Amino acid sequence: MTQPILEVVDLVKQYPGLRAVDGVSFAIRPGICFGLLGPNGAGKTTTIEMIEDTLDKTSGEVLYKGQPRSQRFREEVGIQFQSTQLLQYLTVEETLKTFHRLYTRQANLDDIISTCQLQDILKRDNRKISGGQKQRLLLALALLNEPELIFLDEPTTGMDPQARRNLWDIVERIKTKGKTVILTTHYMDEAQILCDDIAVMDQGKILTTGTPRELIQRYCPHITLQLPLTLPAEALTDLPWPVETRPSGHELHVTDAKEALKMLLARDIDLSNISIHSPNLEDVFLVLTGRSLRE
Amino acid sequence: MKKRLERFWSLFYARNMEFLRDRSSLAWSMLFPFFLLVGFSFTFSRDKPPEAVTIGITGPQIQVWQPRIAALPQVKVVILNDADEARDKLAHHKLDLLLITQPQPPAYYVSETAPKGYQAEVMVIRLLEAQPQPPPSLFVRKTLQGTEVPYLDWFFPGLLGMNIMFGAVFGVSYVIVRYRKNGVLKRLSATPLTPFEYLSAQVASRLFLTAFTTLVIFGGSMVLFQFQVRGSWLALFLLFFWGAASFNSLGVMVAARTESEELVGGLLNMATFPMMFLSEVWFSLEGSPVWLQKLALIFPLTHLITGARKVMNDGAGLADVWGHLLVLMTLTLVFLTVGARLFRWTRR
Repeated sequence: MTQPILEVVDLVKQYPGLRAVDGVSFAIRPGICFGLLGPNGAGKTTTIEMIEDTLDKTSGEVLYKGQPRSQRFREEVGIQFQSTQLLQYLTVEETLKTFHRLYTRQANLDDIISTCQLQDILKRDNRKISGGQKQRLLLALALLNEPELIFLDEPTTGMDPQARRNLWDIVERIKTKGKTVILTTHYMDEAQILCDDIAVMDQGKILTTGTPRELIQRYCPHITLQLPLTLPAEALTDLPWPVETRPSGHELHVTDAKEALKMLLARDIDLSNISIHSPNLEDVFLVLTGRSLRE
Repeated sequence: MKKRLERFWSLFYARNMEFLRDRSSLAWSMLFPFFLLVGFSFTFSRDKPPEAVTIGITGPQIQVWQPRIAALPQVKVVILNDADEARDKLAHHKLDLLLITQPQPPAYYVSETAPKGYQAEVMVIRLLEAQPQPPPSLFVRKTLQGTEVPYLDWFFPGLLGMNIMFGAVFGVSYVIVRYRKNGVLKRLSATPLTPFEYLSAQVASRLFLTAFTTLVIFGGSMVLFQFQVRGSWLALFLLFFWGAASFNSLGVMVAARTESEELVGGLLNMATFPMMFLSEVWFSLEGSPVWLQKLALIFPLTHLITGARKVMNDGAGLADVWGHLLVLMTLTLVFLTVGARLFRWTRR
């Protein structure tokens, strides 16, 4: 097995009266996108900031390429914080150059500008750009040193759907360059689309880890078929799966959608109003905590 | 090492740009001292009497005169043993009037350019002349021909010093605290930049900008008011430079881990207000308790202003002010070291 690029062992952050991070451990293989998924207040940012060495840890260990972090760590990682402002009265281009000069290993600035789609706003004051543009600039700042490991803390929070999709494209492009990405998010669709490995976090603890598919298969193996209430309940008796009648309709929790549909067709049931819900990470979280991610 | 310089330069340049593009604060830091100066020249050209006067007495009959003068209202008496020293103090507005208590006739000196000289004459000499016992024969009036320093010339180094102080301490510390609060420092801490590189860039940038603004104010005032620099220009430059450096470092120290502008404002007011009053910006401490005068020696502003006055008003050279320079350098080093030790990038 390849050596993990980052390994976290029993990380703890204790504030007076609050254990924000309570014994978190995981390892990240090089070249993947690792997601910390959890609701606001789960301890994701605290965890990631302790790994970045932005925040002091109470206890635990963080190993970068098998070693404790050294000065090299600062040169080789790229960090995008959740909310930071920038030096005032500088244009986007000047901001990039100011940060670019701080690194010994420097990426090609033009590449980054085109990757992050900043060409059109280079001469603009960095405070007079839109939220999406600001996030792209912050992302660009995290790429200036050609980092091997990139931290993205809630990269799309507060963005409109189009801007989010746009940022996901950029992250996908970064992934194709073989870089390792660690991101925190409370959007299950973001985790599902971008992440190869996910750790689900709640109340300072990691509840489970795995690929999105593994997690879903492990915790939510059922596909839900919903049929309208206009259909009499008798039509659904004697099926091999439980049927629940809710105000929204009859729900069948099946393991094999094809088999279920065949059976329904055999009974000559009108399927024009059927809805099929495949489980996602939101459902995984619900199963694990009894709460929804957005609470 | 090269990389260190490059990182320093990057922040130094960015900070300068920020300051120069912030038009309103830039204009204010240039115009404010002019307003003050114009206001003062206006005030002191009129016969608007300030309040209490300080009278120096010297000569063999001190004991006779001291109680009589001290009994007058609004008069502070300072006893001086050396007549030359006494005249010097009068020339530098540390005294408003000097009485030489020779047996007969007693003489008094006033500085004709001092706004309070005439007032002191009215409040002391005219009253004494009106008193019946013991009958004073007429006083002889003398003035300090040629050596007196006009009040505005005396005040100008104080104004420059004060302006440098406020610009430096508030300029540096507010930027650091604001950037700690809004996360700019956090962002910078995620790069290889070290606290020392960051802080030295801030201090250097501020020194550069102080030099720039002081030059404008200095040049403008020289043209407008025809001030003179009687002594060494190099000494004056070094005094301003190290004075500004010590105030910058003071600002860095106060802002090293503070998280609120309000707290920094309070701390800096606590540090600067005593300086403004005890470092002889506006008026001399002559006549005030000795411990207060000694206390003033711990303030960088005292050394900056006293040094600058010696150079501008009295023609002092580098050799005459090195003591002040040494104090300013030492304070710079102390403040900066403590500041770098205490420094934190982020809020805890």
